[in-house]
Parts: sequence; C-alpha cells; structure tokens
Amino acid sequence: MAIKFKHKTGLVVYLTAGDPSLTATRDIALAAIDAGADVIELGVPFSDPLADGPIIQRASERALARGTRLKDVIQLAREIREERPEAGLVIFSYFNPILRYGLSHFVDEAASAGVDGVLITDMIVEEAQTYLTEMKRVGLQPIFLAAPTSSDERLEAIAEHSAGFVYAISRTGITGKQQSLTEDAAALVARIRRWTRLPVAVGFGISTAEHVAQVGEFADAAVIGSTIVELIERSTPEDSPGAVARFIKGLQLQPAALAR
Amino acid sequence: MASSILPSAPSESRPGRFGIYGGRYVPETLMAALSELEHEYDAAKADVTFQSELAALLKDYAGRPTPLYYARRLSEELGGAKIYLKREDLLHTGAHKINNALGQALLAKRMGKKRVIAETGAGQHGVATATVCALLGLECVVYMGEVDMARQELNVLRMRLLGAEVRSVTSGSRTLKDAISEAMRDWVTNVRTTYYLLGSALGAHPYPTMVRDFHRCISREMKEQILEKEGRLPTAVVACVGGGSNAIGAFYEFIPDRTVRLIGVEAGGRGTALGEHASRFRGGAPGVLQGTFSYVLQDEDGQIASTHSVSAGLDYASIGPEHAALHDSGRAEYVSQDDTATLNALVKLARTEGILPALESAHAVAEALRIAPGMAAHDILVVNLSGRGDKDMGILARELKL
Repeated sequence: MAIKFKHKTGLVVYLTAGDPSLTATRDIALAAIDAGADVIELGVPFSDPLADGPIIQRASERALARGTRLKDVIQLAREIREERPEAGLVIFSYFNPILRYGLSHFVDEAASAGVDGVLITDMIVEEAQTYLTEMKRVGLQPIFLAAPTSSDERLEAIAEHSAGFVYAISRTGITGKQQSLTEDAAALVARIRRWTRLPVAVGFGISTAEHVAQVGEFADAAVIGSTIVELIERSTPEDSPGAVARFIKGLQLQPAALAR
Repeated sequence: MASSILPSAPSESRPGRFGIYGGRYVPETLMAALSELEHEYDAAKADVTFQSELAALLKDYAGRPTPLYYARRLSEELGGAKIYLKREDLLHTGAHKINNALGQALLAKRMGKKRVIAETGAGQHGVATATVCALLGLECVVYMGEVDMARQELNVLRMRLLGAEVRSVTSGSRTLKDAISEAMRDWVTNVRTTYYLLGSALGAHPYPTMVRDFHRCISREMKEQILEKEGRLPTAVVACVGGGSNAIGAFYEFIPDRTVRLIGVEAGGRGTALGEHASRFRGGAPGVLQGTFSYVLQDEDGQIASTHSVSAGLDYASIGPEHAALHDSGRAEYVSQDDTATLNALVKLARTEGILPALESAHAVAEALRIAPGMAAHDILVVNLSGRGDKDMGILARELKL
C-alpha cells in the first residue's frame, strides 16, 4: 500500500493506541477515517516519552496502565486495515519497544498487518542502517522527522531515506497544542521541497481549523495529535468516536483537485 | 536478544560508539545542537586557553588534585589488602561532579549560551551546576524528581541559595530518569539558547565521551599518587556506578593496565526482583533509553522498569554505554551491594576513619569491605570515594535511628 492524501490539505491523525482502550482506539480510528483523515498514526505507548508533552504523556500512562503492548497495536492496525483498505496506516513509536520486540519480527508483523509506514521518534538517519534494510525488505515506508534546526545536509539525507511523506516539525519543542504557528514551519517545508517531491506533512502544535488552513498554504498535510488525544481524554469512550469525527468535519477539508 | 539485531556492527569505528553501545537516539530537533556541541568540544580540547582556564579552576576553585589517603585503621581491621581512598569527597561542593560541571560550563560560555539546564538525582550534580553557573554568571535551571527532592532536601536548598531554579518533576517514577526526560524536553524546546549540562557519562554522543574526559583526572591522579606511594599499580580500583561518571573517571587511565582489576558497584537495592534494585548488569538487557544504546532495566515489552536504591544517585534504569562495552569485553567487573550492606559500610568507614561517605560512594566501600579480607597484604585496593555524606543526614537519621 502507498500513503495517499485525498484532500487538498491532507490530514494525519495521531492516536495513542490503547487510550482509553484498544477497542475505543479502533472505533475512533474508523470514525476519523470516515470523517476525512487520510492517515492514522497509531502511537505505541512508552514509559519514557521524552519528545512528548503532558497530553500524550498522560495518554501513554493510561494506555500502559491498561496493559497495551506492541503486539496489540499491530493487531489493532490489522483490524483497521480490514475495515478501511484505503486509509494510510502508520505506526509511531519510540525505538526501545520495537528493539525489544525484535526489529525483523516487528517489520514482518507490521507489513503483514497492512501497515504502510513506520515513524520512530528517536531514530535519526545516521543510526538507521539496519532499520532501513529491514523496512525495505518487507516494503514498509520509513518516515523521518525533519526539524527547523536540521541543516540542509541533514534534510537531504532525511528526504532521501523517507518514503510515504516527510514529517516536518513545525517548531522546536515537544508535542502539544499552541496558539499560532511560527514562521519556522513554512521555511522548513520550503527547504525540504528542495530535496524531495514526496508530500510534506506538518505536525506539532496543529490544533485548529485555522492552523490546518495555514498549513495548507505551504504543505501537503497537517498532523493533529495532542488536540485529538485531549478530546478523547475529555470524552467518555462511547462519545469519543463521535467527538473526534465532529472535530475533523469542523476542519472543512477539501478534496484534492489532482492527486499530487 | 536485542543485542543480536542491532546495529549492523561496523559502527564500532564511529565516534560515540563503545563496541556496539552508545550512539545517538534522539529526536531530530536535537541533532543540530549535538553536532554543534561535538565540534565545539573538539575545538576546546585543542584550545590551550580553554584547557589552562579549566586547569586553574580545577586547582584553585575545586581543589584538585584530591588526596589519595591510606585508610590504615580500616585496612588493619579487615586484615587483607591495603585500602586507599581517592578523596573526591573533599572537592568543592562535596563530590566529583564539579569536574564535569566546570568543564561543560566553560564550554557553554565559549558557545555563547546564557542559559544552562541540568538534571540531578542525589542533587550533587545539580549543586555543582548551580555553583559553576553562579561563578560564571549563567542562568541555571535544574530538573529533579519529586521523590529525590524530598530525600535530598539539603541539596535542593543549596541549589536555591546559589541562585538556581529547581523544577520538580512529577512524571513517571519521579526520580533521575524522569528528571533527564524533562531536561531533554526543555532542551528540545529551547535548543537555540540553552546548554544542557548533562551530569553523567550517559545520553547521546558526545556526552558519554565528554563527561568521561572531564573526569579522567581522577584516574590520572590515582595512578601518579599510587606509584609515588607504593611504587606499583593497584590490584583493583573500586567505584560505584549509577550513570557511571565517577567510575569511568576512576577506571579510564587503568584500562590499558591489564593487571589492574576494575570493579564497578551497582545498587543492589532491597531485593532481586525487577523494580527493587538498579543493577543493570544483573537484570537488564541491551536497549535504548534517553539517547544511548546500553544495558537497560526493562520489562519484556521494552518499557523501562522502575528502580530502587537507598541512594538517589545510583537509582537509574540505564548505565553509561562505555561501561556496557567494558562489561561485555570483560575488562571491568560489575557487582552489586544492597542497601543494608551499604549502610553498614558507611557506618564502618565513619567510625574507623572519621570519614562520612555519600550513600552512593558507600556502595564502593561495601564492596571493598567484602573483598579486602580475602586479599593478600601486598594487594592494594583503591576505592573512589566519589562524594561526602552530609547530604544524606536526613536518610541516615531515619535508617540508622540516630
């Protein structure tokens, strides 16, 4: 499978898998896809999420307290894939749970579950040799982060090794909501485009329809994480799919005129 | 086993790798800062002005060289090896941590960074960082787990008095590991203006190498001093290992001297079950935590385990990557001493030599008490007394019912 953005400004939705339960995450993911999400990122909860702000930290703690394991997240991906064959599916994780599971075992299982891509938060291109070989072996798309602080030399390497899309971090910092987008994001996307024709998705701090519209002016997709995770935190498990669907519809995503 | 699948191995020749361990596992946002740090550190190493400024501060401000003291009463009472104590506890601020804090703070100044952040467990690194920031006029923020703030309150007060802001960390186990995560979150957010003064031989390259280099003076002095006093190298060097900064400093210059046993002492805590100790080489497996590949206490899902030790400074789930390599190659041995043996050793040293070691350092003393009686009279044991125990009086009052 290849990741496709069907909207003018594509939407990537991040969910912490297992928060509040694996069944709830499945229902929320299906509702999000039906409401317009092009890609679902399934976050593997980790005990020490050092790139995440308080909202995703709390979600990870809840998911771990319920006993969510990497194999459960892969199974969850399989169920979502069976229900929605067209949606993009990405597993988003810190490295250690994957390392412990076994890198080869992980990529085999993820590919057979119908996952499209993998993003490892604490994996940089220089350390990725074995990871890339394994990903390539099973046809999974590696997605790397690009940061406003990344040099052009690094962006070139990130673009070269990424597939599916490049994930541009909108600002220096951890995941979480923010009031307005900084100029860092547009400048970064322009720099990334010098090295690749892959779609570029902008994430970290994207919280409102205005942000998504702004991102649409210079990037191909927006990633929404903390805002949706917080919405789930504040809703009952039964109400969460509906609440997330309403939020996504409120973003007023437009169909793409032409596929990029 | 995780080690068999990672990394493809030829990385051993790359900087920042110790055997298969070390490396850089960080969010992309930090890569520019780590590269800048690496280059600046390399430049500073070769800069005579930087080196002489650091040497002068280590001598006149921190109090180097520290004495190598023959513990005659203790040795005679145990009736085996001669025990020497490397008195890092006599340094300004009360522990070896000042060696690295001075080096890195000078580097921060050289890089034009005005804001310094640090993590601390026992508070010794936090105090050392607050001290050098006061000395150099730098803003200082120290992250410390809520549990550690309670058990090392005196050091919290010292940091505040020195002008540092101490931020309480309430996530996870509320100890050193969580303080490091929170410091990294601050760094990733303020990376353009902030210097992260990491306090142990941990984290992403170049930290493990740089921190070790700033503590190499410990073993360099030990070697000179023991040759002067005894005319030969020691039989063994013993040091406690949390992240591993004092131990790597005490071991490093002896690594080529194959006859010298290097013994690292981990925290045995209060039991052998996962969560009850901080013995990474007894219950851990290779993994990635906070930027580096090393031994990590973790569960079967790769989630990081909680740890316990009576000493906040050893209470950490991972260990510096160079120790992981020394362990696998067999060049260094790693053992553990539990809370009880440590407290007994602390009392023993206090009452035979009039020296009150930090709880961290008392783990090394406990190992010396265990092995010295079985050694010959001509054997020499050097114990790195990494810090003094004044900070632990609250815990000692409770534990020993003083």
